[in-house]
Amino acid sequence: MTSLLALPYWQETGIKLGLALAVIPTTSLILVYLFLFKMMAFMQSRLGPNDTGPYGSLQLIAEAIKFLQKEDIHPEQADRRVFRMAPVVVLASTFLLYVVLPAGPDAIVQNLDTGVFYAMAVSSLSVLGILMAGWASANKYALLGGLRAAGQLIAYELPLILAVMGVVIQAETLNLQDIVVAQATGEIFGFGAIGNPFILTQFIAFLIFMIAAQAELTQTPFDMPVAETELVGGFHIEYTGFRFLLFFMAEFGTAFAFAALASVMFLGGWWIPGFEVDDNILNVLGPGVMLGKILLVAFFIFWVRFTYPRLREDQLQKFAWKVLIPLSLANIVLTGIFKVVF
Amino acid sequence: MTATSDREQMAYVSAQAADARVNVELDTGDMTLNIGPQHPATHGTLRIACQLDGEQVVVAEPIMGYMHRGYEKLCEVRTYPQCTTLINRIDWLGSFANEVPFILAAERLMEVEAPPRAQWIRTILFELSRIANLALFLGDMGVQIGALTPVFFAFRDRERVLNQIEEVTGGRFHPNFDRIGGLKDDIPKGWVEETRSVMEKMRTFCDEMEDLLVGNEIFQARCRGVGVIPPEVALGYGLSGANLRASGVDWDLRRDANPGLAWDQVDWRVWTHPDGDSFARYWVRLQETREATRIVDQLLDGIPSGPIMAKVPRIIKVPAGEAYISTENPLGEMGYYVVSKGDLGPFRVKIRTPSFNNISIVPWVMKGVYVPDVITILGSLYFILGDIDR
Repeated sequence: MTSLLALPYWQETGIKLGLALAVIPTTSLILVYLFLFKMMAFMQSRLGPNDTGPYGSLQLIAEAIKFLQKEDIHPEQADRRVFRMAPVVVLASTFLLYVVLPAGPDAIVQNLDTGVFYAMAVSSLSVLGILMAGWASANKYALLGGLRAAGQLIAYELPLILAVMGVVIQAETLNLQDIVVAQATGEIFGFGAIGNPFILTQFIAFLIFMIAAQAELTQTPFDMPVAETELVGGFHIEYTGFRFLLFFMAEFGTAFAFAALASVMFLGGWWIPGFEVDDNILNVLGPGVMLGKILLVAFFIFWVRFTYPRLREDQLQKFAWKVLIPLSLANIVLTGIFKVVF
Repeated sequence: MTATSDREQMAYVSAQAADARVNVELDTGDMTLNIGPQHPATHGTLRIACQLDGEQVVVAEPIMGYMHRGYEKLCEVRTYPQCTTLINRIDWLGSFANEVPFILAAERLMEVEAPPRAQWIRTILFELSRIANLALFLGDMGVQIGALTPVFFAFRDRERVLNQIEEVTGGRFHPNFDRIGGLKDDIPKGWVEETRSVMEKMRTFCDEMEDLLVGNEIFQARCRGVGVIPPEVALGYGLSGANLRASGVDWDLRRDANPGLAWDQVDWRVWTHPDGDSFARYWVRLQETREATRIVDQLLDGIPSGPIMAKVPRIIKVPAGEAYISTENPLGEMGYYVVSKGDLGPFRVKIRTPSFNNISIVPWVMKGVYVPDVITILGSLYFILGDIDR
């Protein structure tokens, strides 16, 4: 891989890190504004923000300032150090996820050969933070929420990884960049103008991935760890002000990252039909294409979120173990057979 | 005993002791979870003390009284017309329906009867407040289960009904409109047509709820078979209203013990459901909302002409006596037992509110359910806190 510019290693890393640090709050803000403010308001026939700034976009800044003003409260019985660390751990897993997300032939923080493996591993770190938050809050609701999150992670990490296996088998690589290249250079029955986005061949895997991601992100119908009406916020019940904001940012930042993973692995990533795969212009156009695809995937995530009721924890476990895991295993077997046959 | 058998015995005892130790360590013990008094699902200040084993409820006990306002006592120091102000605030979502049984009880003691026009308009407003009340339930049940959207539709469409109530009575929430011997005012011009179009919209709202929730697999998975109340248990706990009808008991005071309102003049039916679970309770209320819009439509067609106020003295003194009148309110049977000693105000008022009895079944129905089901059952029993603690 050619370097972005001929810069020393530490400068290049610095620029990339700075970009990543700027990108994550921005992406979660985009999702909050587009989906939580505007789309939800539209779907629920109420007014979204429209007076603060153009189309109410400055509402986000008002919200952020509101969170900064709030008092930082620790429960008396809380384990203070763990309580403070928890939101940082959750957000850190989100940050680490962005490291391997490609947005162009060279626009990637670190092109890891085991990118898929890394992404899956890092995304499950967040549950550690959630468990920490649930335990350290010294609150029964928070504890229930944290334990639910842990149970949910075990149940849904498996179908998530197994669904991705289908893509990995087809692309013959764990590298996210190479998965994009494999889709770009692929052919559908000899027709290669639009490449071969894996959503066509791995549609079952895509569905399982999206369902499992929904559970991983604790979005409705799998939001039992949060469950506003029963656990009153679950693991983040005791968090106020900026610490709550960290959880909030992590939630939407991770949603963005998972939408990005889905668009990289199933929708063809940053590649635009008609361009060479290593065309330098894709470093500029790629992020835009990615953003479009991510917003499309995120739209589905939030559409489901605002429409469906919540499952019960035991129903969710049954669904994961009895439906999703057998389905994804069958998908792997099928993919393997087709891989050998063709 | 030989040494061998001694050793065997020792081994047996120590193995038993080790087992017992392990069992003690694995016994997690119960956890007490206080749901409420400040919990969104209790929409008010009801507290439910749950003993949990893991996420399963062992014992659930409702604790009420956080919002007790002493209305029965306060009624004793007020005149009859002043009492309606308090009574409005018992079930605050269906206020007008609260006033009717009290006024009817006072009318019975005074041996006055409101003119037919007043009775018809009373019935219309009664049914309108039922629709406003139940519409909120239909959306709120979604929120209890995790679907955010229905409740906003419910608030949007309930507002139309409240507007109609406001146009007649001047009050959105607390009309304070019913008078002994009739009503305060007549309905305004053009109101009948507007109400008809609102009823049409409410039927659309019911269809929307049917699409959004009733047909939803997750909603069904969460509600079907959850909190099943058999008919004899429901009757034993004194359940009333839709909670009883959802257990398959065909019981409706509007039909069975009509205290003189216009329900017997129109064609309608009582909906029951044989299952007795949370889904049945939702379904019955949905059908009841539809039925209420039909009742209102028919009543609007046939409002008789005439005065809206019977001849009553300017200063109301109720003759000595006792009367109990109960009506089928949105939440169930609401009754007023009024004892008069011939003064300006009642000597004693006993208020029988539906939510108080409906919530009494909580310890029975919540044995062995999961924490999310607690919320589902509470939501489907549908109580108003002011109706429990009056």
